[in-house]
Amino acid sequence: MSQVNRLTGGQIDRSQTLKFKFDGKNFEGHPGDTLASALLANGVRLMGRSFKYHRPRGALTAGSEEPNAIVELREGARQEPNTRATTAELFEGLTAKSQNKIGSLKFDLMAINDRFSNFLTAGFYYKTFMWPAAFWEKVYEPIIRNAAGLGSISFKDDPDSYDRGFLHCDLLIIGAGPAGLAAALVAAKSGAEVILADEDFNMGGRLNSERFSLNHQSGVDWALSTVLELQSFQNVRLMPRTTILGAFDHGIYGALERVSDHLLVPLAGKPRQILWQIYTKRSLLCAGATERPIAFENNDRPGIMLAGAMRSYANRWAVTPSQSVAIFTNNDDGHKTAIDLKALGVNIAGVVDIRLDAPDSDLYEVIAGGQVIDTNGRLGLTSITVSTPNGKTRCLTCGALGVSGGWNPNIHLTSHHRGRPVWNDDIAAFCPPIDGPAGLSVAGAALGSFTTTGALLSGAKQATEALEELGFKTKKAVLPEAEGTITKMTPFWYVEGCTRAWLDQQNDVTVKDVKLSHQENFVSVEHLKRYTTLGMATDQGKTSNMGGLAIMAELTGKTIPQVGTTIFRPPYTPTAIGAFAGRDRDKDFRPIRKTPSHKWAEEQGAVFVEVGMWLRAQWFPKSNERHWRESVDREVLATRNSVGICDVTTLGKIDVQGSDAAIFLNKIYANGFAKLAIGKTRYGLMLREDGIVMDDGTAGRLAEDHFVVTTTTANAVPVYRHMEFARQCLWPDLDVQLISTTESWAQYAVAGPNARRLLLKVVDPSFDISNEAFPFMGCANITVFGGLRARLFRISFSGELAFEIAVPTRYGDAMMRRLMKEGEEFDVTPYGTEALGVMRIEKGHATGNELNGTTTALNLGMGLMVSKKKDSIGSTLSERVGMNPEDALKLVGFRPVNPKDPVPAGSHLMTKGDPVDAAHDQGYITSACYSPNLGYSIAIGYLKSGDTRKGEIMRLVSPLAGYDHEVEVVSAHFLDPEGERMRA
Amino acid sequence: MIINHPILGPRDSAEFTYIGDAALIDRPDWQAEDALAQFVDYGYLRDNPAGKHKELWFHEQGDRSFLVVTRDTTTHEISGVELARDVARKRGRRK
Repeated sequence: MSQVNRLTGGQIDRSQTLKFKFDGKNFEGHPGDTLASALLANGVRLMGRSFKYHRPRGALTAGSEEPNAIVELREGARQEPNTRATTAELFEGLTAKSQNKIGSLKFDLMAINDRFSNFLTAGFYYKTFMWPAAFWEKVYEPIIRNAAGLGSISFKDDPDSYDRGFLHCDLLIIGAGPAGLAAALVAAKSGAEVILADEDFNMGGRLNSERFSLNHQSGVDWALSTVLELQSFQNVRLMPRTTILGAFDHGIYGALERVSDHLLVPLAGKPRQILWQIYTKRSLLCAGATERPIAFENNDRPGIMLAGAMRSYANRWAVTPSQSVAIFTNNDDGHKTAIDLKALGVNIAGVVDIRLDAPDSDLYEVIAGGQVIDTNGRLGLTSITVSTPNGKTRCLTCGALGVSGGWNPNIHLTSHHRGRPVWNDDIAAFCPPIDGPAGLSVAGAALGSFTTTGALLSGAKQATEALEELGFKTKKAVLPEAEGTITKMTPFWYVEGCTRAWLDQQNDVTVKDVKLSHQENFVSVEHLKRYTTLGMATDQGKTSNMGGLAIMAELTGKTIPQVGTTIFRPPYTPTAIGAFAGRDRDKDFRPIRKTPSHKWAEEQGAVFVEVGMWLRAQWFPKSNERHWRESVDREVLATRNSVGICDVTTLGKIDVQGSDAAIFLNKIYANGFAKLAIGKTRYGLMLREDGIVMDDGTAGRLAEDHFVVTTTTANAVPVYRHMEFARQCLWPDLDVQLISTTESWAQYAVAGPNARRLLLKVVDPSFDISNEAFPFMGCANITVFGGLRARLFRISFSGELAFEIAVPTRYGDAMMRRLMKEGEEFDVTPYGTEALGVMRIEKGHATGNELNGTTTALNLGMGLMVSKKKDSIGSTLSERVGMNPEDALKLVGFRPVNPKDPVPAGSHLMTKGDPVDAAHDQGYITSACYSPNLGYSIAIGYLKSGDTRKGEIMRLVSPLAGYDHEVEVVSAHFLDPEGERMRA
Repeated sequence: MIINHPILGPRDSAEFTYIGDAALIDRPDWQAEDALAQFVDYGYLRDNPAGKHKELWFHEQGDRSFLVVTRDTTTHEISGVELARDVARKRGRRK
């Protein structure tokens, strides 16, 4: 009853009533409505405020090209800004709020901007907020940020899920209007795999908005029966509510399917949207055309809309924006709107046609040669002022005005590979480029064929051609008879003398702005766009670009094709970031890798840290420990005094096998590997080709043709990639094979004076692990616990007597538990990455902090390791200019002069008495810790000529953290410098 | 993009890691008289053609083959795909 502007007919379900709320007020509509059609039915024309001048605005269109009627849809966490009311399907309980206002929509406090419009022209920001510079950040920007922007977000986590999927087809048909449906019929019968996608929830395109018939059916019924027929084909996938967002390389299309946007809440288990990647052999664009407005004074009042949209509202949704409407047109199509609305009982106040030879009518008054020169009505149109050819003006009372300036083919996707649109004088519009994406054809109105017959024929023809090229046999399409009258049109872009005439309603760009930018010498169309913001924001100028180009052409004395057009890029319509993220969000943003004994570590209450996607135990707090340092100090001391166990599974492991394995490693590592004995392990320094250290690790030789390489945890992937590159691209004939076994072996470091005693209880007695039989740097295939195969390496990162023992992954958990049980008598202690870090700093061992992408072998004090007797990756460029300066940074140790001072990583080192500035910088600290063995903080780091400066007292500064105290340069080997412990 | 893998057929480019110019195959001889100069060129100088470009792609999420892909940098058209190992052999690389 309150739907005062509801007409008869239409494709809405009157048997059901849907309640919805707009700006807090209750309304009713029906299934089949959009938010915009339902609001218009309820007599609401005012739907938003404009972005800059806060002018009252209503729906300009009835589709996704809408610049004005954009709202915040839904409430709470599901609130979504910038939703087009013209495409938002109505559902029970829908809530929406208008945007761009402070206060209410009718009394927007920011409407004051409109009064200052003389100052807020193109380039306003660039010209105004220049001075004083300091004001930008503190004053101007916050004010602008508050005033600008479209809509607001909820700042809450999106409760819905989004999916990504992949589809494959022979032919993708984009758009299900007459051309798309005719194409789909041909394709369906050929047996090809077909996808027909349309952004609308009802397929049929323009057929749903017109009253003419196809054969003896209405266009609507023909579309419906065709869709039903297509549904019966197994090889056809119909995808309504699906926007093809972009044409990507090699026939791949991006598509957004709005699975649940028409529901209050998605059904259980269903995503809100799916982002599809569609792999096509061929594709056919049947995206139709978009009507363009004419610019005239005050052409943006609520009630002024495109004539075709007005016809859509009337025919499809049984709605008129007002009971009395007028039309302003330069073509015959505008008259159709008058005829259709008249038939539905709406009063036609007049049809203003710019053409002196406009077709006359018995149904309504035609003002041939007339122009709309102004409009009235603060919050909605009340009347228009018309100039007549005899020089007089007339005032027509009307609540709505349908405007038609002709139609532009929807060619966006054809430009996604930078194809330049081609001007067509017959329709005064840009048509698809000849160099569009490979495999993409165009049919129907998108090709500039504006009659229904033309659309049907070209859809069938293009589909037939594409399918035959793919080798499918097609039958001649049986197409219905339809209207085929070519619409006559006289190009007309704006009314002479207008200034506050909107070209781009979304960005508040007027005819005057375009003229101003021309006056200020923005001669390129790309510059015009950026200076005036014409064609930007959510609608991307779908209704506005042409008007701007036309005016620019006129001002420069060129034709429109000479001026050219900006081209299009994906996405076709705005797409939520959530759809691109899909399920890859929060904890699922990337995989989490857990070691086999992760559960055991959790049971011990371990605190974990993420390292290269792995979760590694950082330390194992005991219940009486209040601070992480207590745990770490205990773990370090327990290991150094008896025995500790650390999970080192995460270190990269690469199996290198083949008769040339040793030769290969000799090329990969800077130091020599050719002569490594079987049963021995060696430290390996790996360089990048530019001579910088890439990674370090060990390689153990288990057999003549079998090595096991270890990498740091973080570099496991890049090192493997690097080795495959060397194997396949540099030395393709070497007999060597690589495989990553990082996840095949669980590996544990057993370190401390009691390490061997513990392992004697583990390793099967047939294997002698005494110091004589299995000395430092030994490695062997062994068995444990009565036959379980394992690998044993006598390597030490901690500096203690240490072994690393590896068992197949599935035994990792059992191994850890057994080691702990067998170690009870030694008070065995698990230690985490922090204790590991403390012990390696105490020994001066480098890790990721030291191998920071600028480090050379010389910096590490390993310059002599880079063999000059052989070719290895990086050896030649280690010699390049600048790599070996006299005062090269060297890795050394530091300890505080005052034992209470810390030596924090990141601090810089200055010579005493020198100024604290970058020019006098002597080096920096890379790793630091508190040494529980020494009782004070220690650090390692790089210092210019560091190896010759031991004993020097330096100034340690950190201007950011506020440190400034003295440290002494010492050896990086703080503990057991002779390495007696690890050789014990 | 779709890369037509010589062994596995058409695969989405997302399975690959882009490595760079296929000229990386032509690693200089370390014993050449001007080895250092050659290595500096090899390490730092790349052509940047607008048009056909031979480049290395690593099928990291697949069979771990290095491929030499000939791609037009202006259109992304791929006109050839070979196993890098075969290319390396053709260009005289051995052990």
